[in-house]
Amino acid sequence: MTSPVIRRVAILAMAAALPALPLAAQELRIGLASEPSSADPHFHNLGPNNQLRRNVFESLVGTDEAQQLTPLLAESWEPVSETSWQFNLRSDVTFSDGSPFDAHDVVYTVCRIPGVPDSPSLFTTYTGGITGMEVVDPHTLIVHSAESYPLMPTEFSTFGIISARANGVDGSALTFSTEGCGDDMPVPATQAFNDGTAAIGTGPFLLESFRRGEGIELVRNPDYWGEAAPWERVTMLPLTSEGPRVAALIAGDVDFVENPPLQDLERLRADDDLRVVQGISNRVIYIHLDHAQVPSPMITGTDGANPLQDIRVREALTIAVNRDAIVERIMGGVAVSAGELLPPGMFGAHVEGDLPPRGFDAERAQALLAEAGYPNGFGITIGTPNDRYINDAQVAQAVAQMWARIGVDTEIDASTASTFFSRRNAFEFSAYLAGWGAGTGEMSSPLRALLATRNSDLGLGGTNRGQYSNPEMDEILLEALRTVDDDAREGLLRQASRMAMDDYAIIPLHYEVTPWAMRASIDYSPRADQYTLPYAIRPVE
Amino acid sequence: MLVFLLRRLTQSVFVLIAMMVVVFFGVYMIGNPVDILISPDATPAEIDETMARFGFDQPVYIQFLKFVGNALQGDLGRSFVHGESAVSLILSYMPATLELALLGLIFSIAIGVPLGVYAGYKADRWQGRAIMTGSIFGFSLPNFWVGMLLILIFAVELQWLPSTGRGDTVEVLGLRLSIFTADGFQHMILPALTLALYKASLVTRLARAGTQEALMQDYVKFARAKGLSETRILVVHVLKNIMIPIITVLGLELGSMIAFAVVTETVFAWPGMGKLLIDSILTLDRPVIVAYLMMTVIIFIVINLIVDLVYTLLDPRVRVKGSTA
Repeated sequence: MTSPVIRRVAILAMAAALPALPLAAQELRIGLASEPSSADPHFHNLGPNNQLRRNVFESLVGTDEAQQLTPLLAESWEPVSETSWQFNLRSDVTFSDGSPFDAHDVVYTVCRIPGVPDSPSLFTTYTGGITGMEVVDPHTLIVHSAESYPLMPTEFSTFGIISARANGVDGSALTFSTEGCGDDMPVPATQAFNDGTAAIGTGPFLLESFRRGEGIELVRNPDYWGEAAPWERVTMLPLTSEGPRVAALIAGDVDFVENPPLQDLERLRADDDLRVVQGISNRVIYIHLDHAQVPSPMITGTDGANPLQDIRVREALTIAVNRDAIVERIMGGVAVSAGELLPPGMFGAHVEGDLPPRGFDAERAQALLAEAGYPNGFGITIGTPNDRYINDAQVAQAVAQMWARIGVDTEIDASTASTFFSRRNAFEFSAYLAGWGAGTGEMSSPLRALLATRNSDLGLGGTNRGQYSNPEMDEILLEALRTVDDDAREGLLRQASRMAMDDYAIIPLHYEVTPWAMRASIDYSPRADQYTLPYAIRPVE
Repeated sequence: MLVFLLRRLTQSVFVLIAMMVVVFFGVYMIGNPVDILISPDATPAEIDETMARFGFDQPVYIQFLKFVGNALQGDLGRSFVHGESAVSLILSYMPATLELALLGLIFSIAIGVPLGVYAGYKADRWQGRAIMTGSIFGFSLPNFWVGMLLILIFAVELQWLPSTGRGDTVEVLGLRLSIFTADGFQHMILPALTLALYKASLVTRLARAGTQEALMQDYVKFARAKGLSETRILVVHVLKNIMIPIITVLGLELGSMIAFAVVTETVFAWPGMGKLLIDSILTLDRPVIVAYLMMTVIIFIVINLIVDLVYTLLDPRVRVKGSTA
């Protein structure tokens, strides 16, 4: 029998001899809140897919926690003319099959994107503006557009690069054209990514298996050009129901979960073995109002007039909402009251305090209604999804009560997301609650989608289902979308945002805050884009 | 027998057609899949292009005729969400569901039959009443609650069993199954128990009623007079005679266990067909929903047929009638 002292010393000596990370820490199991529909990086432009993609297929430009652009496969980029950008690519990168990465792979990727069969949402949103690609040398790429295109580097952060050579294409023989790069260009099938054969990227992880419903397995890319991922193996399990997801974390079946439900956060925080982190997201929850239809659907007591066309009514509805109460009581403090459509600190948003959330003032709201000719209010219905955003239907319910207090008789029409969005897109609501995540991380994203006058040719107002139109704001926004100089663009975007807010074009409620829960032995920096990126999940020293 | 089979088949075809029509138009009326599937950043032109690519810009009757045309050629369409053939997608989820349903079935028999026979034997004693009262819980507790409770007890508090997922799998005859690995089997216990609880109560009640009835029969009195042990009477003679109604009910219940284990599969993140169905409904993945329900109809038809055939094995009286018909 060895004495306890000797045994303890021996254990200490063994621990010292081990590498910094114990073996158990090399494996990470994550409970996902929603499952990617495919491992093909270009099949479906959707959050869960893009999140998975970033681990395996890197883009030219990266984004950090606050969605600021960072170098990734491109070391640097700059505008070289009014309508073209030059990307300087890293020269030390290889794909996981060993083939070197160069500018031809970028051309090949952009060529493949429009032709992915059966795709429910193509990435052409980000590549459609490209009119020419010029490979100056293997590590210098110039990309042309028809008009000036300040967002090009941002949009190059949205899609992952696949290898031309690994897919049997001689990149140097490839020429880009908006008409397509040749019908005979071999492209991998989506299925080939799902079964792993085409899953050849430059990212910190390799895709080991993608099994629908069961999980995704990633293993560390041993030849990664950057800092090696802290995990040898990552398993991502789709645990789409909230309760079981949290239970799996507490039971120790997973180490990390996305989006633990608000009602469980307190319990998780109280547990010493667990850690909860949270950060403001780029998603604003808003109520859009019908500016165009006369009479507007489901509005009663106005003799057919659309009261929402009166700015006084819109202001009344805006200041009748007590945002702080919603944040405190409905969102459990896990949200931030919103004064515009993008939180402070992000590009084009006002500095904290410059455009604060509208204060709550029920008396003034009532006076405004009377002034507008509705002393007795009117009847309105808020449409809302009930399974899309955090506590969405409850938030709408709270707003309805607040509106009722100033005499606007408000009803709620809550339905499941699939029904709600179809009805909203058919303009069936006078007021609806929804959310917008600024994918590009700048103000142009919500302004362009939600408030710019609907215009198919310019790609404006795609989600402007309130049909707001303000030509003056459109002008400034379009000017911003043409301005390459960052400072000037940011100024224009702020100006456009303030103009829309002063017009009470839309009612911003709050910015969602995204929570993550994990073992106390690991840590994660919250991201505004709400992504869970295993390579950024770190063991605590 | 042949006439019987033919009549069954004709009926089934009508059921299939009716189902196809109802589900197709039902899902069509809920909404437009593109509204949920496409990125919010997509431009209006891209939305139109995607609608056209999926054929949603066509009037609904043309979409339906196209669907029927393809279905007649054995093609039920491709999933809007996954871009894969709906049928192969469902088939890839099927082994997980089948093994879970099978284990659930075994659990419900293993729990229900002994309890029921015992309760029937001790019908007027406290043991019998306790079992009957217990079975009420089995009937009335909602599935998701039972699942969560089992997770809470066995996974969170006691940490004996895993709470979620499928665990290790092994390939058997081309199917990936959990039931043959130790880790996989552990993962199956809680969901299978959840699934089995309701059926076990059902079986308990059937077995009790059957036992009570059988105990009054002459052959039991005769066996007792002959001096056979009570255990032998119950296990050998009574059990055989009470199995027919149990098999009938369980057969039908197996169908629902396979097709609609939705709640259990969701709670335990068990990657079975039920979970696929619920996900597909949420994303209006019409080809998968229609194909799934059509397969469900087929499963029910097949199971009913098998139940009828098993009768003839268990009950000599049916066998005699069957062979003379």
